[in-house]
Amino acid sequence: MTDSQPTSARLRDAVGPYFGRFGGRFVPEALVAALDELDAAFGAAVVDPAFIAELDHLHRTYSGRPSILTEAPRFAKHAGGARILLKREDLNHTGSHKINNVLGQALLTRRMGKTRVIAETGAGQHGVATATAAALMDLECVIYMGEEDTRRQALNVARMRLLGAEVVPVTAGSRTLKDAINEAMRDWVTNVDTTHYLLGTVAGPHPFPTMVREFHRIIGEEAREQVLELTGRLPDVVTACVGGGSNAIGIFHAFLDDPEVELLGLEAGGDGVETGRHASSITGGVAGVLHGNRTFILQNEDGQTIESHSISAGLDYPGVGPEHAWLAESGRARYEPVTDTQAMEAFQLLCRTEGIIPAIESSHALAGALREGKRLGEGGIVLVNLSGRGDKDVDTAARWFGLVSAPDLVASEAERVVATDELKEEL
Amino acid sequence: MTTVTLGRPPLERHLRDHRDQGRKALVPYVTAGVTPGWTGLVEALADAGADAIEIGLPYSDPMLEGTTIQEASQRALDQGMTTDRALAAVAELDLNVPLVVMTYSNLIRHRGAGVFCERLASAGVSGLIPVDTPLDEATPLLAAARSHGIETVLIVAPSTPPDRIEAIADQGSGFVYASTVMGTTGERTTLGDQAADLATRVRAATDRPVLMGFGISGPQTAAQAARHADGVIMGAAVMRRVLAGESANEVAGLVREVRTALDAIIEPRWP
Repeated sequence: MTDSQPTSARLRDAVGPYFGRFGGRFVPEALVAALDELDAAFGAAVVDPAFIAELDHLHRTYSGRPSILTEAPRFAKHAGGARILLKREDLNHTGSHKINNVLGQALLTRRMGKTRVIAETGAGQHGVATATAAALMDLECVIYMGEEDTRRQALNVARMRLLGAEVVPVTAGSRTLKDAINEAMRDWVTNVDTTHYLLGTVAGPHPFPTMVREFHRIIGEEAREQVLELTGRLPDVVTACVGGGSNAIGIFHAFLDDPEVELLGLEAGGDGVETGRHASSITGGVAGVLHGNRTFILQNEDGQTIESHSISAGLDYPGVGPEHAWLAESGRARYEPVTDTQAMEAFQLLCRTEGIIPAIESSHALAGALREGKRLGEGGIVLVNLSGRGDKDVDTAARWFGLVSAPDLVASEAERVVATDELKEEL
Repeated sequence: MTTVTLGRPPLERHLRDHRDQGRKALVPYVTAGVTPGWTGLVEALADAGADAIEIGLPYSDPMLEGTTIQEASQRALDQGMTTDRALAAVAELDLNVPLVVMTYSNLIRHRGAGVFCERLASAGVSGLIPVDTPLDEATPLLAAARSHGIETVLIVAPSTPPDRIEAIADQGSGFVYASTVMGTTGERTTLGDQAADLATRVRAATDRPVLMGFGISGPQTAAQAARHADGVIMGAAVMRRVLAGESANEVAGLVREVRTALDAIIEPRWP
């Protein structure tokens, strides 16, 4: 900074434990020491040139960074003529932005002298990324996954096991992502001496929201330079999907202090927020405490967590990272729902116009870009975080669009049941 | 038995009195709403020799609970239990021992700490164990609880460093809840060395009563823990029996057995 503005005024400098009234550390006392240790280890690592160099080396030689920026002119024809630029996190190793955070935390695990990592996963993207990093760095790896999700994402279960991870189906509560997080917390409190909880999003107790953001902010830093180079100016709007919000905070962060750039987070609207079957924690939630942080959550009048609903398993979470809650409340970023139908329309459109199969999660950001493009019209520039590729979603999409015959569906359902039963037997 | 609905004895004074009389405290735990007759169970446990009763308000995401109390919580929620219903039922109880409520942050914050503590007080509850509110986040809750006469019981774990143990003991009240293990709630067959070690460290740091919880499965583990502490909290062992369909009287039998084991401990009066 060369101007006289105090650095504390920069939104980019905000760090936990609190973002406004959100964040904090609502955990059992037994985890406090581990969180302190993690906070200290992270603080020391990010100013250690050796750590920075090692992470940078992995980014370039393992993940494939920097990820490219792709202009989508045929897709943009459906967006009122605005230019649409895609930040291609889908091209990273393991197929999504998740690898950025996972490599950082895995290096940190080694630095802390721990030998075991645990993680939660919903769709399986974070689980696969964690299993990948664990294989690379020779760490024992256990992934907690809601039983319901192991059934929906049997292929990713197999992927994690190929990489040497143990996958534990969680049968408590609603048997989905939120219960997998509870179970991972229980493992962590029991095995904290040897184990690091490699949390996959910008939620959870401090320092996770800050730390995970720091490992993902490279997305926005690269994209900001790439957009400037390509267009000579900053984008009008940046769109990203928001479940817990890691890819969104990753791309938003570099633009937080550019007031002319609008930031738009797209939440999973499921069947529509008005139906109650959605995962839009900011749009349709209330402030509360879930998984160690104060944020917006879906809850009933008694304060019990309500199950979320989305076609996208990666956004199917009843909370959101505290920094997003803060950005929403302060008005720096906007958050809007995208329904399953709108997301799938954008999904199909990108496939057909650009030859890119996006993750259904990222398709929410694409739907947001279509909206914003129409609003901006000719001359507008929308930057989209294409956070993941859609290979994992082919089955869901095929069903949605009726692309496979009924006998095929029956056969693949049978395979899925067999796969799940085998998994159970082995456990 | 005296009828005291409002103004049950303050928790800490009650536990200090017991300690002064050489009696080890026994605090069984019941999840509110785990069975339709749960309030009858609370009364039976009080009659069986409990010195206070811990009432768990069921929560959808009980991060610190092992499988037994998770199941009890889920069962209570499935049967429609809510915080308001639980406290309304508690207010009707006719007991001569203090009640302490255990729950998670969201149920407290959802109403606001002030309103929540006011409701506890008007239901005749003496104390609150906010399991996922560590000291660093407890300031507003401690103030709200104090203004409504609610004693806030804070937890120490084997990982808690000495200066923090002192701060927790100082700022909490009622008693210091010492967790015997690093881990979730649930029965264990024996207690590790860290249990005795922690109890010793806490007792050195504070004059407040120190009760040990997590892993107390019956007379043997209770006596083992109470040799180092002023009493024990027993949750999963009680709830496992309830979930298995035992009657209130049968479950009270466990409390009687543990009472006997605790009463047999002769506390050394001097080193």
